[in-house]
Amino acid sequence: MLRRTLASNMRAVVGVKHTVDYNIKVKVKDGKVAKDVKHSMNPFCEIATEAAMKLKEAGVVTEIVAVTIGNAKAAESLTKAMAMGADRSVHVVGEQAEIDGLETLQVAKVFAKLHEELQGDIYFMGKQAIDDDQCHVPQMVSALLNIPQGTFAAGLKVADDKSSIEVTREVDDGSQTLSMKLPAVVSCDLRLNTPRFATLPNIMKAKKKPIDKKKLSEMGIDLTPRVEVVECAQPVERQGGGKVADVDELINKLKNEAKVL
Amino acid sequence: MMRGMSRLATRGGARYKSLLTLNEDEVALQDMVKAFAKEEIAPYVMEMDEVQKMRPELIQKCFEQGLMGIETAEQYGGSDAGFFGSIIAIEELAKVDPSVSVMVDVQNTLVNNAFFRWGTDAQKEKYLRMLSTNTLGSFCLSEAGSGSDAFALKTRAEKKGDEYVINGNKMWITNSGEAGLFLVMANVDPSKGYKGITCFVVTGDNPGVRIGKKENKLGIRSSSTCEVIFEDCVVSKDAIVGELGKGYKIAIEVLNEGRIGIGSQMIGLAQGAFDTAVKYSMEREQFGQPIGTFQGMQHQQAQCATNIMAARLMVYNAARMKEAGENFVMEAAMAKLYASQVAQQVASQAVEWMGGVGFVKDYPAEKFYRDAKIGAIYEGTSNIQLQTIAKMIQSNL
Repeated sequence: MLRRTLASNMRAVVGVKHTVDYNIKVKVKDGKVAKDVKHSMNPFCEIATEAAMKLKEAGVVTEIVAVTIGNAKAAESLTKAMAMGADRSVHVVGEQAEIDGLETLQVAKVFAKLHEELQGDIYFMGKQAIDDDQCHVPQMVSALLNIPQGTFAAGLKVADDKSSIEVTREVDDGSQTLSMKLPAVVSCDLRLNTPRFATLPNIMKAKKKPIDKKKLSEMGIDLTPRVEVVECAQPVERQGGGKVADVDELINKLKNEAKVL
Repeated sequence: MMRGMSRLATRGGARYKSLLTLNEDEVALQDMVKAFAKEEIAPYVMEMDEVQKMRPELIQKCFEQGLMGIETAEQYGGSDAGFFGSIIAIEELAKVDPSVSVMVDVQNTLVNNAFFRWGTDAQKEKYLRMLSTNTLGSFCLSEAGSGSDAFALKTRAEKKGDEYVINGNKMWITNSGEAGLFLVMANVDPSKGYKGITCFVVTGDNPGVRIGKKENKLGIRSSSTCEVIFEDCVVSKDAIVGELGKGYKIAIEVLNEGRIGIGSQMIGLAQGAFDTAVKYSMEREQFGQPIGTFQGMQHQQAQCATNIMAARLMVYNAARMKEAGENFVMEAAMAKLYASQVAQQVASQAVEWMGGVGFVKDYPAEKFYRDAKIGAIYEGTSNIQLQTIAKMIQSNL
């Protein structure tokens, strides 16, 4: 897929998700996660926004567009992204029932659809959302748009001619650096950066920045679910440990009680 | 009859979810200050208290975050977030460190405020900009011989041509250790009594101002409280803030508003002490159960939570009234009086709920306990608040 923007005008699109606040202790009620709790921007999406901001401050990116797919309240995370420095936002609004049933493939399809209009050069996303921990969307967007993906990014460099990037990823046996042409999707991991606190003047200025609202139901995407949630339950409470007198007793317990040997 | 009543019940009644509802910007501000306090202040609280010094990097970061010019207009480099923004910021900061909270409180509700209300355009442009960008301010009113009896101040400002020469010693001045700007109340004509009191702005580079003894305090120890000495301090007549002889008015009115700020500091302190001690009480077990689940503890915690709620409602109410341009003097006095009482009571309970660890410096409770005491003393002692309230009640009779 060829880029349609001038190399001199790089646009970063940051996908942000409005999730349950990371301080909240999630509880399961009647087989469903209790959702009437405080929500805020997904922490990995903050890292994604910061990554885009660093490029803007370096003069590499000229515009940052924050995008979210969510209910009306999700706009708070767009305001946060704009307070951190995003120039404008797109809010794909869905009814609560639509959002509750939204699957990662559908989210990815929305981003793919928005690409026609946004023409992002780099799509920044958090590596996963802390509510469902799916870790799907960046990879799916890459596949749908047939563009490269640099996932679990812990380091990022943009080539001088802005036609490609180098993404350093943390993998099981160390670090891997990939080079890829733009446009590309980058999913951000913990060690990529430390997100800035939005300064108070920027928080106040954020409300003047434009949010383009679109209806999820009018995006022309099939919202029929393909996955059925069979059960949702609180994890079993951790049982206390025990003390063993010696190695023999340990081996005995591992063999006969825990049954792992 | 029934239909009429239900019409009245819904019309205009459901505008606010609660009296504590914050608008979007206030929520965003609150979240930011909460995160900022957790990351940039919390790790250093005890150390700053021990050495009695605010980290310069922290002061710098408060400026960078826009917390030193919260209400100040954008054109002067401020954040334009309104008076309630200051109240929220002060409260959130106090939950972690009441010393940092009072630094931000004095800057915003006293020093910046004086310029908002009485500064000329030239003064606003020069000083508000300094105050929102990199200069800490102090409000120099009290002296060794004049605290509650503020108008008995002895600092003199003698007119000499187009200039004034200020001589006198101010005491108990918050932020002064790091301040670069001083608002000083001095009397230009003692024969006129308090009607000679005038407010002057003195910048730190003036050779006639210097910082004297730093007080070794019980609480809010990292907030610098020093003597400020004015010795043949020469200022031009342009340094007068407001009108000649009207400084007493500035002092009173600025402190009426600053009172709400202190109220906010106190409710933040109470909440911080409460949260830390309650959490501990649900983790610490004795006799086979968390100590917080004993009914005696539950009742104490419930009472404290109720008192904090009441104090918060009073502080928020006074703040909203001020924003709305209503007369808030009595409500502000009540809020500060009550909030400082609640802070002391809750902080004291918090120490007890934590038992032995509440008494040692390794845990936060003892600092909140020490910090709480100042609430009943500065920016108008509790007795003065009671006097103000009584006067207002009885003046309506």
